[in-house]
Amino acid sequence: MSQIADRLIDDPGLAAGVASLTPERIEEVVTRVLKGEAGAKLKAYQETCMRCGLCAQACHYYVSHDSDPSYSPVSKTTETIYELINKKGRVEPSRIYEMAQIAYTECNLCKRCAHYCPIGIDTGYAMSMMRRICYQLDVVPQYIRDTSHSHAATMNQMWVKDDEWIDSLQWQEDEARDEFPNLRIPLDKEGAEIYYSVIGPEPKFRTQLIYQAAAIMHVAGVDFTMPSTPGWDNSDMSMFVGDFENMGRLKRSHFESAQKLRVKKIVMGECGHAFRSIYDMGNRWLGYADMPVPVVHAVEFFWELLTEGRIKIPKKLEGPVTIQDPCNIIRGRGLMDKLREVTSMLCEETVEMVPNREHNYCCCAGGGVINCGPPFKNVRMTGNKAKADQLAATGVHTIVCPCHNCHGGLDDIIGYYELGMHPRFLGDIIYEIMEKPEGM
Amino acid sequence: MGRISSWDWEVGRKKVVDSLSPLQDHEWQEEPYVSPDGETLAAIVKVGDGEFSVRTNDEVWESTFEKLWFLRYSPDGRLTALCQQDMEWSLAIDGEPWGDFAEYVWETKFTRDGSSIAAMTKIDNKYSVALNGTPWETVYENANQYALSPDGKRTAAVVQVISLGQADVEGYKKGVFSVAVDGEPWDGRYVNLFTPTFSPDGARVAAQARLTSYDYTIAVDDRPWQKTFQQVWEPVFHPKGAGVAAPVRSGGKWGVALDGQFIWNPRYVQCLGLQYSASGEKLWGVVATGFGKFTVACDNVPWDATFPIVTDLVLSPDGSRAAALTSEYNRNFRIVVDGRVWPGTSDMAWPVVFSPDGANAAAVTEKGGRFHVLVNGKAYEQSFDRAFSPVFSEDGSKVLIRAIENNSCVRIVADVARF
Ligand code: SF4
Ligand code: SF4
Ligand code: SF4
Repeated sequence: MSQIADRLIDDPGLAAGVASLTPERIEEVVTRVLKGEAGAKLKAYQETCMRCGLCAQACHYYVSHDSDPSYSPVSKTTETIYELINKKGRVEPSRIYEMAQIAYTECNLCKRCAHYCPIGIDTGYAMSMMRRICYQLDVVPQYIRDTSHSHAATMNQMWVKDDEWIDSLQWQEDEARDEFPNLRIPLDKEGAEIYYSVIGPEPKFRTQLIYQAAAIMHVAGVDFTMPSTPGWDNSDMSMFVGDFENMGRLKRSHFESAQKLRVKKIVMGECGHAFRSIYDMGNRWLGYADMPVPVVHAVEFFWELLTEGRIKIPKKLEGPVTIQDPCNIIRGRGLMDKLREVTSMLCEETVEMVPNREHNYCCCAGGGVINCGPPFKNVRMTGNKAKADQLAATGVHTIVCPCHNCHGGLDDIIGYYELGMHPRFLGDIIYEIMEKPEGM
Repeated sequence: MGRISSWDWEVGRKKVVDSLSPLQDHEWQEEPYVSPDGETLAAIVKVGDGEFSVRTNDEVWESTFEKLWFLRYSPDGRLTALCQQDMEWSLAIDGEPWGDFAEYVWETKFTRDGSSIAAMTKIDNKYSVALNGTPWETVYENANQYALSPDGKRTAAVVQVISLGQADVEGYKKGVFSVAVDGEPWDGRYVNLFTPTFSPDGARVAAQARLTSYDYTIAVDDRPWQKTFQQVWEPVFHPKGAGVAAPVRSGGKWGVALDGQFIWNPRYVQCLGLQYSASGEKLWGVVATGFGKFTVACDNVPWDATFPIVTDLVLSPDGSRAAALTSEYNRNFRIVVDGRVWPGTSDMAWPVVFSPDGANAAAVTEKGGRFHVLVNGKAYEQSFDRAFSPVFSEDGSKVLIRAIENNSCVRIVADVARF
């Protein structure tokens, strides 16, 4: 069995934070968070966990590291938050470095293990609380911290300035008009049926996704709008950092921008973690029992457009595909059937990965791990050999992948394990094969 | 007699535009906007290849632009749109660009009386605010969340005053943001600043301030309150100069602090959108008394009824009455005035407007695609394809209904007494 101490990775954010810690400060913060925020659930987990290890097989890190117990969910909790509970926060600063590395980079908060634990212990939740403590201790990996800073300064995760956002939309509208002369991306159209929201990387690096979404909306005749002001980014690395205060601010900005435009619902692009933020974490921090404005994930939205015949597929995508089930919308929202129905409406043949649906393995990018940046890339690669094996076993080339993070994660795994496969967004496939009436 | 009294207040109905179908040669016409007095309907129209203009009733602006968006009426009736010409941007007011063209112009804001118009401006990749066409002399590598003073004479924005390298988290934590007022930055450097806001006389500026990653407070003219909190929301100035109030979070609960001291003890799950009455005697806000239990509170006393969602708190002009929209997560909207729910639910609702004397309240709602105009809870006899927010006459005896029906734009003046 390996030890976290043997695999520490240099990260300026973790190092600087730990350097200014004192045992007193650790004790103070741990006590405050455990008492004030963590509630009874965490204590109950710690007291009732039988250390039976049934959760181990559930975790891709454990499976990928030849069943090294150090990577099992129970070990992650025991080595971090349970230890802090037991020792009442009396640990050395160097130990916090180890705990932070486990919590931020060796767990994707994917909740797969919760399904394997006989008493339903949610290690993802325990790791979130561990991250909350690390954040309060100012011990956070550099890159994800920077992303969270961007969220606070601009309300989006990519330092996109207010005008750059509008400019990207107008640029995509221009481009799309070469193909669809009458296409509009209506900005701030009050009373539209749908508010379309995306994540920060779309205007920055993946503008074609905005183009494709606009094309689909246009062909389907959807009454939609996009806001010209901040709030448009539904993503949330502040949540994964443990900066819940800024998570609340972000979600307020997101929902209020939709309320102000008096839309009926928000449709969000193909993103997993953002869904967790809007339907579970961020909305609740604000005091809402549900989403203040209903948010429909792209999988569900495409399903509606296809089943209602608003988008027609004259010829399906040739060749077999497999499906990546993004944890946050599958285990989190139960979209596994709709994802399969959409895929079968678009693609000739599906070869399932095994296991799949709510038992899928995470891509290992999730939970903000990919956002911890280059220092931890290898953690994701070695930590998800399980996914590589799963992918290879399908023998197909194309992966239907309705989640931004999964894309990044799978791309990396495909490269690292030389799988020669290609993840694609549903929107990308729909755009390619849908009927595009002339002169629209 | 004010501006509104000069409008046509004769009871009756008038067709402002017979047909809203695109005029001849217009390839398309975008969503309509109606002037405050209801006499003009405007829409962006495509008049040729890469050529856009604005239709007003059955006329069209003489000028054309490569791009036009954000068509909005100023409260004084001027019609504005963000416009692009030769790849540069400006704000067109009644067809004429204001000031010089810039690399980018966006986020138009008006004073309540419409006398001043402001917008964000980018020139040579630097950011500032333009007031009535004139940008600040000092420019910044970024500026956002700008505010226009109520008297229309000043502007302020959050500005970045120190550059950051890629992923420079330590630099960020030292503070790189300030507030610039009319372009002049505060001396202080903050981790974050949010929503600067002016005092009623425009002399002072308050903003939400993040002093360290973990400490939030309110800064007034660059002086942070002594006390810090877990989180804060938008500050408001007392109208008679008796301090600045803001929602603050402490021990996981929200309350209200005035100049840093609690005036509403932290006991709410949420508290936001504070507004003072005109005299400053009353302080209103949206609060949540429990998880998913939102309502309106006045001076820390919540209304009895709670709702899953409460938005759009509006006060009567003197601030003695209040109205808000409620919904069940964006469905089944209800209008609540003084804590009492108007009958019926709708699929969408627009903020309530009060008559100048505060005696009457009106709002627009939409249900099943039909728009209704309600006054004091009762609907106007006819529903519409679309209706815009109603306007009361200055004496409050009449209400102006601006609406679209059967592809035409109508203007109806109705007696409030008939509702
Ligand atoms: S990565 Fe997923 S399965 Fe592994 S411990 Fe974390 S939540 Fe559990
Ligand atoms: S399966 Fe559950 S009870 Fe058993 S070790 Fe894992 S978390 Fe503890
Ligand atoms: S990135 Fe995708 S698979 Fe990975 S955690 Fe997020 S939703 Fe799950």
